[in-house]
Amino acid sequence: MRSNYSRRLFANRFNLFMSLLTMAFGLAFLFWILFTLFAAGFHALSIDLFTQMTPPPGSKGGLLNAIIGSLLMAVMGTALGTPIGILAGIYLAEYGSRGWLAPSTRFINDILLSAPSIVIGLFIYEIYVFQVGHFSAWAGAFALALIVIPVVIRTTENMLRLVPDSLREAAVALGTPQWKMIVMVTLRSVRAGVITGVLLAVARISGETAPLLFTSLNNQFWTTDLNAPMANLPVVIFQFAMSPYNDWQELAWAGALLITLAVLVLNIMARVLFRQPAPK
Amino acid sequence: MNLDIFAIRPEVTPQADVAAPTKLAVRHLDFYYGRFHALKDNNLEIAERRVTAFIGPSGCGKSTLLRTLNRMYSLYPGQRAVGEIVFNSRNILEAGVDLNMLRAKIGMVFQKPTPFPMSIYDNIAFGVRLYESLSPREMDERVEWALTKAAMWDEAKNKLKQSGMALSGGQQQRLCIARAVAVKPEVLLLDEPTSALDPISTAKIEELISELKSDYTIAIVTHNMQQAARVSDYTAYMYLGELIEFGATDELFLKPRRKETEDYITGRFG
Repeated sequence: MRSNYSRRLFANRFNLFMSLLTMAFGLAFLFWILFTLFAAGFHALSIDLFTQMTPPPGSKGGLLNAIIGSLLMAVMGTALGTPIGILAGIYLAEYGSRGWLAPSTRFINDILLSAPSIVIGLFIYEIYVFQVGHFSAWAGAFALALIVIPVVIRTTENMLRLVPDSLREAAVALGTPQWKMIVMVTLRSVRAGVITGVLLAVARISGETAPLLFTSLNNQFWTTDLNAPMANLPVVIFQFAMSPYNDWQELAWAGALLITLAVLVLNIMARVLFRQPAPK
Repeated sequence: MNLDIFAIRPEVTPQADVAAPTKLAVRHLDFYYGRFHALKDNNLEIAERRVTAFIGPSGCGKSTLLRTLNRMYSLYPGQRAVGEIVFNSRNILEAGVDLNMLRAKIGMVFQKPTPFPMSIYDNIAFGVRLYESLSPREMDERVEWALTKAAMWDEAKNKLKQSGMALSGGQQQRLCIARAVAVKPEVLLLDEPTSALDPISTAKIEELISELKSDYTIAIVTHNMQQAARVSDYTAYMYLGELIEFGATDELFLKPRRKETEDYITGRFG
């Protein structure tokens, strides 16, 4: 009995050690990435970054047009994608218990969720950019919306599925019509989770490069014309990082750091701001 | 509180009960979960302004029977009922019955408290707003009235704006009862309303049931035979989907007609 016990104790320690080791391995790379970003990008952070346009090689400048372009397209993509995603998620979770439509929609959504974003970029290029004949911020927003939709559908459905049927029955037992039950009771009880899903979708699209490369492309100058190509951080980083010019490369690092910080802040917000009250 | 299950309460004699008109008549009711035959030819009448208890071992179909009375089962594909349940001279199992209206008239309280994610006030006003348009003052009065009925007013009056989810289990359950009462249904269905509660909350809710009886027809499912004996006027004993015995509670507990009933209420039945 005693030897059994010491063996279990050893197994316990060994497994704990191994899992700690693998966790450290994973985290190390994460911190390495963050460290590299800070080391290379931090000194490029300056007020110019937020007030100057992207410069031609050899002169000073900032990322203002790219920052605004990214913000604008992320907001538009989210605004377009979120309502569709939430409504479809509601359909899947609340109405989809019978028939073939919901299972097929769920299946297609899963494919869309893992579709390479470059495919989405090419798709919008083919059906929109090619038809109107020029790159534009609208096209970029459409592509980003297509990435937002499956993420929001998935989180909305998953959240609503966590609502116990007893809560639905309680609402129905008062004679509540189904749509009212959904809006007032079930959706309301998972509001925090759904908002978190939207924030995570925003975090996801704020770093996407491939879909923007084929849709909004880039713009060296300031523009708010949604029908014209628009600068955005990911494509600027892509272009500047590939260039042979030192000052462009530094701006690319600064842009990468900015995006990472923005995503970090969004994720922390998603966790802290909308944290569910601890279950009693 | 009298815990003796054989106590005869003098205020309600079985003879007096005979006069109570029928509120819900269940006739030749069969119920199926898919292929599983859960209720077999159930027949009983639920008397107006009386408490009818359904007792029996787990899986006997007592909750299923209760859930046919407001068509709750219709939420789930694969569940169906055959037979008749007559309520206000209409068979509610027919196609074309307005289920929302039916459930507004036949309220239900569940085993686990289910407060909505909103304030105490809104929890109660929610159901009322569905079918009535009251002025803010009338609504305040209705909320107070319902909370008073559920013996919750004193505890809740200073925190009406607080979330209903923040209450204790017993308070949440009384809030759910207040919510069901607030829409002024004709019938209240209680599905093991005290099984998740402590003895003090249970006692409060049992007192409440006795008070509500003067205005409402009540059907209660309970695992607890003493509770059935304490609160009900009529009791139905069910086993494996069949209604074994149905009658005045005092008679059923004092001199059951069927051997199976006697075995169950005396605890000889595992």
